[in-house]
Amino acid sequence: MSTLEILGLSILALVILGGALGTVLSKNLVHSVLYLALVLVATAGLYARLSAGFLAGAQVLLYAGGVVTLAIFAVMLSARMEGGPIPNESGKRARAALVALAVAGLLSGVLLQAQITVPASVPVVDAAEIGRSFLGEYVLPFEVLSVLLVAAMIGAIAIARREDP
Amino acid sequence: MSEIHFCLLLAALLFAIGVFGLLTRRNAIGILLSVELMANAVNINLVAFSRVHGGATGQVFALFAIALTVAEVAVGLALVILLARTRKSIDVTQARDMHG
Repeated sequence: MSTLEILGLSILALVILGGALGTVLSKNLVHSVLYLALVLVATAGLYARLSAGFLAGAQVLLYAGGVVTLAIFAVMLSARMEGGPIPNESGKRARAALVALAVAGLLSGVLLQAQITVPASVPVVDAAEIGRSFLGEYVLPFEVLSVLLVAAMIGAIAIARREDP
Repeated sequence: MSEIHFCLLLAALLFAIGVFGLLTRRNAIGILLSVELMANAVNINLVAFSRVHGGATGQVFALFAIALTVAEVAVGLALVILLARTRKSIDVTQARDMHG
């Protein structure tokens, strides 16, 4: 890797990790959601860097667009029902930090020992190839997923609607 | 350290931060956001391995994972709104009606 590539990757990694810390530590719930949006957009940048351009677009559209908007809506609606800003304090920090450090240590310990040989040149996967896999090899999961999305949509409406007509 | 190792390490740290948030947050939306962080870490892993492996499989799996997470969030946030409406609070430590 050239110095410029290392610099770019490091900036992306810093934004992702900093945004993630902001998401879990922020005292304001809306700020948490906005930090999450930052993490998701920076992850899309990482995907583009890993030559997965279509995935980067899907990430911005679905995650940063859909999930963050939904979360902001949920924050506003539940804040109105609670009558005031939602408390976002967190408890049991020391024990949770211990568990998180253990998870991080275990995963990175295994990763640093792993021998992953990177091939010199991998053909870039474009959107056309992803589309062919969706409608070829993975057509059954693709169709099941469409049914699942409809079920989730109907379920969300059924759960969240008011009881009285 | 290669690019792949860098991405896998980043994903591991992101996952650990998600675990921390999952364990500390008390309100339901904060917990869902932490789960998002963890799912995002898994997706980074899938894309990084697809770069090593070649072929579209890793990216297809990541796309499936993204769609599944979006469905999960839609239902989860509907449940949060229902919780807020019925209990006037989305603090998960307060919702213990089914506690035996």
